[in-house]
Amino acid sequence: MSDYNFAYLDEQTKRMIRRAILKGIAVPGYQVPFASREMPMPYGWGTGGVQVTAACLTPDDRLKVIDQGADDTTNAVSIRKFFQRSAGVAVTEATAEATVIQTRHRIPETPLCEGQILVYQVPIPEPLRFLEPRETETRKMHELEEYGLMHVKLYEDIARHGTIATAYAYPVKVEERYVMDPSPIPKFDNPKLSDNPAIQLFGAGREQRIYALPPYTQVVSLDFEDHPFEASKAPHDCDLCGAGDSYLDEVITDDRGSRMYVCSDTDFCAGRRAAGHVGRLGQPGAAE
Amino acid sequence: MGAVDMDICARVKEDRPLLSVQGVKKLYGNRIGCTDVTFDLFPGEVLGIVGESGSGKSTLLGCLAGHLKPDAGRILYDGRDMGALGEPERRRLSRTEWAFVHQNARDGLRMGVSAGGNVGERLMAVGARNYGTIRDTAADWLGRVEIAADRIDDRPSAFSGGMQQRLQIARNLVTGPRLVFMDEPTGGLDVSVQARLLDLLRGLVRDLGLSVVIVTHDLAVVRLLADRLMVMKSGRVVEQGLTDQVLDDPQHGYTQLLVSSVLQV
Ligand SMILES: Nc1ncnc2c1ncn2[C@@H]1O[C@H](COP(=O)(O)OP(=O)(O)OP(=O)(O)O)[C@@H](O)[C@H]1O
Ligand SMILES: [Mg+2]
Ligand SMILES: [Zn+2]
Repeated sequence: MSDYNFAYLDEQTKRMIRRAILKGIAVPGYQVPFASREMPMPYGWGTGGVQVTAACLTPDDRLKVIDQGADDTTNAVSIRKFFQRSAGVAVTEATAEATVIQTRHRIPETPLCEGQILVYQVPIPEPLRFLEPRETETRKMHELEEYGLMHVKLYEDIARHGTIATAYAYPVKVEERYVMDPSPIPKFDNPKLSDNPAIQLFGAGREQRIYALPPYTQVVSLDFEDHPFEASKAPHDCDLCGAGDSYLDEVITDDRGSRMYVCSDTDFCAGRRAAGHVGRLGQPGAAE
Repeated sequence: MGAVDMDICARVKEDRPLLSVQGVKKLYGNRIGCTDVTFDLFPGEVLGIVGESGSGKSTLLGCLAGHLKPDAGRILYDGRDMGALGEPERRRLSRTEWAFVHQNARDGLRMGVSAGGNVGERLMAVGARNYGTIRDTAADWLGRVEIAADRIDDRPSAFSGGMQQRLQIARNLVTGPRLVFMDEPTGGLDVSVQARLLDLLRGLVRDLGLSVVIVTHDLAVVRLLADRLMVMKSGRVVEQGLTDQVLDDPQHGYTQLLVSSVLQV
């Protein structure tokens, strides 16, 4: 340990990132620029989230890392290992036991509580980018709360698909002020952004932006009066644990096209099976 | 207060210029963009600005619309000094009470957004949140600029130059602006397409009672649209007056040249 800085980054850098985080918490939903550092992994691997996590970790923390809800993907495993090695922190797969959770594309199903920190990996922090590529202009739009363009995007969705087809990175308004990209979580997760007891931090490495939602922040998904927001999911129950209210992945199970639906949150699913819940294809007591 | 007084109040209001331009000057380094420009534009009036290439027409229009900051002079909009107006307020005006029609439709349209979305943007920018209403209004405006209803979901890149220009006009007028700036709105279009667009513009200006500042170097355009005419040369106004008077009896040598060269065509 003595050869390395705790959690890889030097203290100077962590201080700089913490300042950005504090500013983000003070102005919920506002994108704070920060000087993103080279990390020993490619940008697509969530270097923004990793830097935020590194700046938040203390030796007493217990870290959980998920990718699309799963703790066991290559991405999640390597980030978890990285912090085990560089910070020596304890790790866990149980949402309820983690103090810091770094995530890509999901919010855990198990409700978070006060004291927990959820760190999102963000590829494109600017929700207006889709229609306005000029950075000077989008910054001006945020400053002056000129958010009509966000609804143009939703209008285009309805005009083309008959309904708001945006399923991921569904834009939200924070405390009636800043419009924010919640990172590519499914819109099913959007309601969990709001009034959440945990601290939610968003890190975009390549784009060098950090933003935040302090606990119990009001977050509203944008919509039209006649096309209200819907937190939709596949109309099935989990085939393993029978949950009817969790976000599901569709899995092809053989080359004849058979498919099953399983919770994308692996910890949630395993916990339910361990508690005796059984789905259509699950075997009682099959949980490890 | 009697009926007579009320009447006077109403008339006094009418008589106040919507736009009052006083000694406006814009430099690019030490090159003159435009200088010493002074005029009033009254509600419902159409002012044409003509002049050769490089005479400062676009520069002046840019100052009026708040895109450029004048180096000297004052511009009053509805009695308010634009120089003292904050940027938020100026941007609010530019999507509510003002409109700007660019020569190149690509500069005034979102090419990646459907025709309906292009027209609806200003509505959404001022708070419209009902999809059905936005769409109906967009469809109505497409009709008013003679774009078939079944093109509402097409992108402007699939439109002809004339259609793009008409779409740009619809997109600008949908929120009922009072003051419209146009920079060569018929430039780059075929003659027959120009004629149709001019006709449409004339109808809209009359029906909506718009105040317009229109820059062109086509005297036919000003004859058809403009109540008053301003002639620019080398950044200065060399002559201004009622359109017919200026065109039929030009006083300044440059105007005489301009008019005669048109007559020769
Ligand atoms: N961005 C700029 N930087 C420097 N000089 C400029 C700039 N824009 C315009 N000018 C100069 O200012 C003068 C007025 O130009 P402006 O574009 O206003 O003329 P115009 O009457 O609109 O011409 P045109 O009919 O060709 O559009 C010209 O001498 C031009 O070269
Ligand atoms: Mg010009
Ligand atoms: Zn499950």
